[in-house]
Amino acid sequence: MSPSKHIVILGNGIAGITCARHLRKGDDNIQITVISGESKYFFSRTALMYVYMGHMKFEHTQPYENWFWEKNRIDLVQDWVEKVDFKEKKLRCQSGKTINYDQLVLATGSKPNKFGWPGQGLKGVQGLYSKQDLELMEKNTESGVKKAVIVGGGLIGIEMAEMLAYKNIEVTFLVRESGFWRNILPEEESEMVGRHIREHHFDLRVNTELEEIISDGSGKVKAVKTKSGEEIPCQFVGLTAGVSPNLDFLKGTELDLDRGILVDHLFQTNLRDVFAIGDCAQFREKPDKNRNIIEQVWYTGRMHGETLAQTILGKPTPYKPGVWFNSAKFLDIEYQTYGQVPADWDESQVSNFYWEHSSGKVCFRMLCDSDGRILGVNNFGFRLRHEFFDKAIREQWSGQKVIQNLDKANFDPEFFAPYISAIQRKYAEENNITLKISKPSFFQRLIGAKL
Amino acid sequence: MKYIQLIGLTLFLTGLLAFTVIPFLGEYTISEAIVLDNTKDIHQEKMKELLEPMYDKEYSSSFSFIRELNQRVDDYNSELKAESNWDQVIWDDYSFPLAKASLSSPVQNHPWLFLFVSIGLTVLGGLFYNFPKFKGEPEGIKNNGIFHSKMKNRGWLGMLTGSYLILFYVILYWFPAYMVNLVWMVEPLSLILSGNSASQWFLYGLIYTLAILVMGVRMFRKYRGNRYQQIRTASVMFFQTAFAFLIPEILVLLNKPYFDFKNIWPLDYSFFYDYRIETLTSSGAIGMFMLIWGILLIVVGVPLFTYFYGKRWYCSWVCGCGGLAETVGDPYRQLSDKSLKSWKIERYLIHGVLVLAVVMTALTIANYFSAFSFLGNVTNQLHSFYGFAIGSAFAGVVGTGFYPFMGNRVWCRFGCPLAAYLGMVQRFKSRFRITTNGGQCISCGNCSTYCEMGIDVRWYAQRGQNIVRSSCVGCGVCSAVCPRGVLKLENGPEEGRINEMPILIGNDSVKLNA
Ligand SMILES: Cc1cc2nc3c(=O)[nH]c(=O)nc-3n(C[C@H](O)[C@H](O)[C@H](O)COP(=O)(O)OP(=O)(O)OC[C@H]3O[C@@H](n4cnc5c(N)ncnc54)[C@H](O)[C@@H]3O)c2cc1C
Ligand code: SF4
Ligand code: SF4
Repeated sequence: MSPSKHIVILGNGIAGITCARHLRKGDDNIQITVISGESKYFFSRTALMYVYMGHMKFEHTQPYENWFWEKNRIDLVQDWVEKVDFKEKKLRCQSGKTINYDQLVLATGSKPNKFGWPGQGLKGVQGLYSKQDLELMEKNTESGVKKAVIVGGGLIGIEMAEMLAYKNIEVTFLVRESGFWRNILPEEESEMVGRHIREHHFDLRVNTELEEIISDGSGKVKAVKTKSGEEIPCQFVGLTAGVSPNLDFLKGTELDLDRGILVDHLFQTNLRDVFAIGDCAQFREKPDKNRNIIEQVWYTGRMHGETLAQTILGKPTPYKPGVWFNSAKFLDIEYQTYGQVPADWDESQVSNFYWEHSSGKVCFRMLCDSDGRILGVNNFGFRLRHEFFDKAIREQWSGQKVIQNLDKANFDPEFFAPYISAIQRKYAEENNITLKISKPSFFQRLIGAKL
Repeated sequence: MKYIQLIGLTLFLTGLLAFTVIPFLGEYTISEAIVLDNTKDIHQEKMKELLEPMYDKEYSSSFSFIRELNQRVDDYNSELKAESNWDQVIWDDYSFPLAKASLSSPVQNHPWLFLFVSIGLTVLGGLFYNFPKFKGEPEGIKNNGIFHSKMKNRGWLGMLTGSYLILFYVILYWFPAYMVNLVWMVEPLSLILSGNSASQWFLYGLIYTLAILVMGVRMFRKYRGNRYQQIRTASVMFFQTAFAFLIPEILVLLNKPYFDFKNIWPLDYSFFYDYRIETLTSSGAIGMFMLIWGILLIVVGVPLFTYFYGKRWYCSWVCGCGGLAETVGDPYRQLSDKSLKSWKIERYLIHGVLVLAVVMTALTIANYFSAFSFLGNVTNQLHSFYGFAIGSAFAGVVGTGFYPFMGNRVWCRFGCPLAAYLGMVQRFKSRFRITTNGGQCISCGNCSTYCEMGIDVRWYAQRGQNIVRSSCVGCGVCSAVCPRGVLKLENGPEEGRINEMPILIGNDSVKLNA
């Protein structure tokens, strides 16, 4: 049987690949082609740092074995698309090849922000987003780099710092805000991470902005200058001040663009048969009151892909994100969040509960609304169960109910310290109530696990 | 590298060098008395006659001595074989006891000194090297540079280590006569513990135990901040030292049968062999207790504990092979093959070995109860085939020697019949599973990379499916290395344990099976 239609997905990241997989699951007959210039096979971008640090080889970051694609008849093309002819429904590739489509899914991801800093094009100055960036970073730091500066204190910045530390490179971290990731994290959490960054001997400079990057005369970086006029010598600069949608090659076409590719809740662009998902998509209207119009994380890319596949398969499915969740790891401290915990809040609207372990590396925060119903939690240094909070937040449990049942949310390995009971104790104390404190498990008692 | 670690490394290498050189020391002189002392009654006359030309000659190397000795016996045997005179053939290999008795070497005069210079220094060096590891660093995952290492990523150091281990096993199993110096070195220790003269197996047991202890210390350092890993490591260190090494020796000292209370058939494949059953049944109440204990472990212990805790209760908490894999083998865990193909091979091989072990044992028991009228000598040949191919070649040479090539659980994954049995219980009737944390997986691949059993953990994690695999030994390392807190080893109700069609939470647009 000849294929009913040809779906071309541009971009083999989590968004594009998830879409392709679900298309194949739902329809045996369509032709699916996935194009990417970066790599033939899907890999996990989030794991790039581990390749640099020798935790894994690049092949380990590929979630599916190579035979998977052929078996599922998902054609892979490694090429850069230079031009899209939306009228003719045709893509022109760098190699000269053209590819026709019936429906096109744009899942082109992001690129690192560069704010036009003087010297941002120098040798030894780079961002980290793609496989090619990783290779460049390996080359740039191969030898002769003693000091590095990271500009921008976000998730990729701290990963880059950790990577450089692996090569014994001294890292100075320039952060514009008053604390690490302070635009996302509340003060205590931001400080906790800041302390941990310093424990790892990174020179964290808060309230510091980049002015320019200085050349050594031969086109290589030799120092950076901050807004306050200080010069910091370095042989490598990591630019990690966020990412923005990757759509330069689409500019000047009939496709509606803003910061990202504009889409509605079905991921449809202004053009028929053209969709956009993942990091590169920008919703014309927020998909939910708590959500941004551009979502640049792994999980949302996956959900966009899952959802769009349904629409293409003939079941129009608007994007309805559930309870927000995210996670990250700051050097050795794991972080998870469920629901809404903004960096700052209005004390009159929101009640706040915060517990921190004496080690200063474990903490828990819960915010509730004025009626005492849970809004969200942050947990650092220990693990909590997604399913539990998905339910609690969706069903708007009271803060007390959440804490009372917190032992069911524990996701730490067996024998780990019983943080849950410490949290419950503090909550009971602060609120002057009596709570049934969870008993340590048989195993915890067996080995006398203590805080 | 820290100063102390450098000293440690030097001591370790010195000890290893000494250990390698010691077998070449001394001279060999055989006499009639030696032959009579070390051969069975039925062979004494013949051996005396065969070896007569060697008497009182001094052989300056083990090679010339053992070669000539074996040559003489072999020549005689091949004549008999040519005549199909099977009854007369000397099947016993006397080279080890004869070489041991014929040796005169400085090792015999100063065994403690030599023991210290070789094994002692490696242990000391190992401890010096391991104790300061990651000192001054915050607790956390310590996998930096593993795939850039010459040792841990099949580089030349790994190849060299693997080759050394393989050579050691080959000599230990098939040419122990070449290591009599090393055995003399541990003679006094053996006399203290069991009152018996040392065999190559005593030497091996000692090295094995010390290796687990020294590398166990490394585990404590590496997994600082992870109580599960530390307690588990303490457990294998304890079971190896007490149950596998000390208690059996002490039993012998007390004139009781040698018995390892934690070894379970069919890993302990000779448990039902006639000579062992006879030893136990002729050893009074304690012998009977051992026999019943061993059988209870098989029929009650394995299913019960595996039902409650998964096979990990044995494989990564108690077992000696597991103990070595989890300590000495830990640096190589990332080398296991994760492909679907190797999973297929694994299932054929491991169940094949299980079937072989069960059939062999069934025949042995049937033969025993029919007073050998059923199969006569055939079971003996089966035993020697199994002992050679599975017990020695697979479990020893491949199982350990291949650590640096194929990861630390080659035997446990592809060969161990007990693991196959435990695995079936774990897969079909157990409360154990690895739970995945909703939609939190970022498909990074750390879990799969560091799974020593070659389980593609990520495959399940990224679709939110519980991991219920017969091969999972519950080492907990996937959970430890996961940077997003996705994996948790849990025992819980059987309901919902196997979720073939998982749904990833977090997306309200559709409810999809991942
Ligand atoms: C270092 C790093 C760490 C991260 N860690 C996390 C994390 O821990 N958690 C989290 O939630 N998110 C993380 N993210 C963000 C997350 O990886 C992204 O949100 C996600 O990968 C975006 O997926 P995507 O499918 O939209 O696009 P991408 O993964 O960017 O895929 C787009 C693909 O399209 C290709 N492409 C684009 N244009 C063209 C063209 N013209 N021709 C051919 N090919 C083209 C690109 O080369 C790329 O391969 C991280 C990102 C980075 C860089
Ligand atoms: S799945 Fe996890 S716990 Fe099981 S063997 Fe692999 S790494 Fe160990
Ligand atoms: S280590 Fe954790 S985040 Fe990474 S693939 Fe495995 S389960 Fe997913």
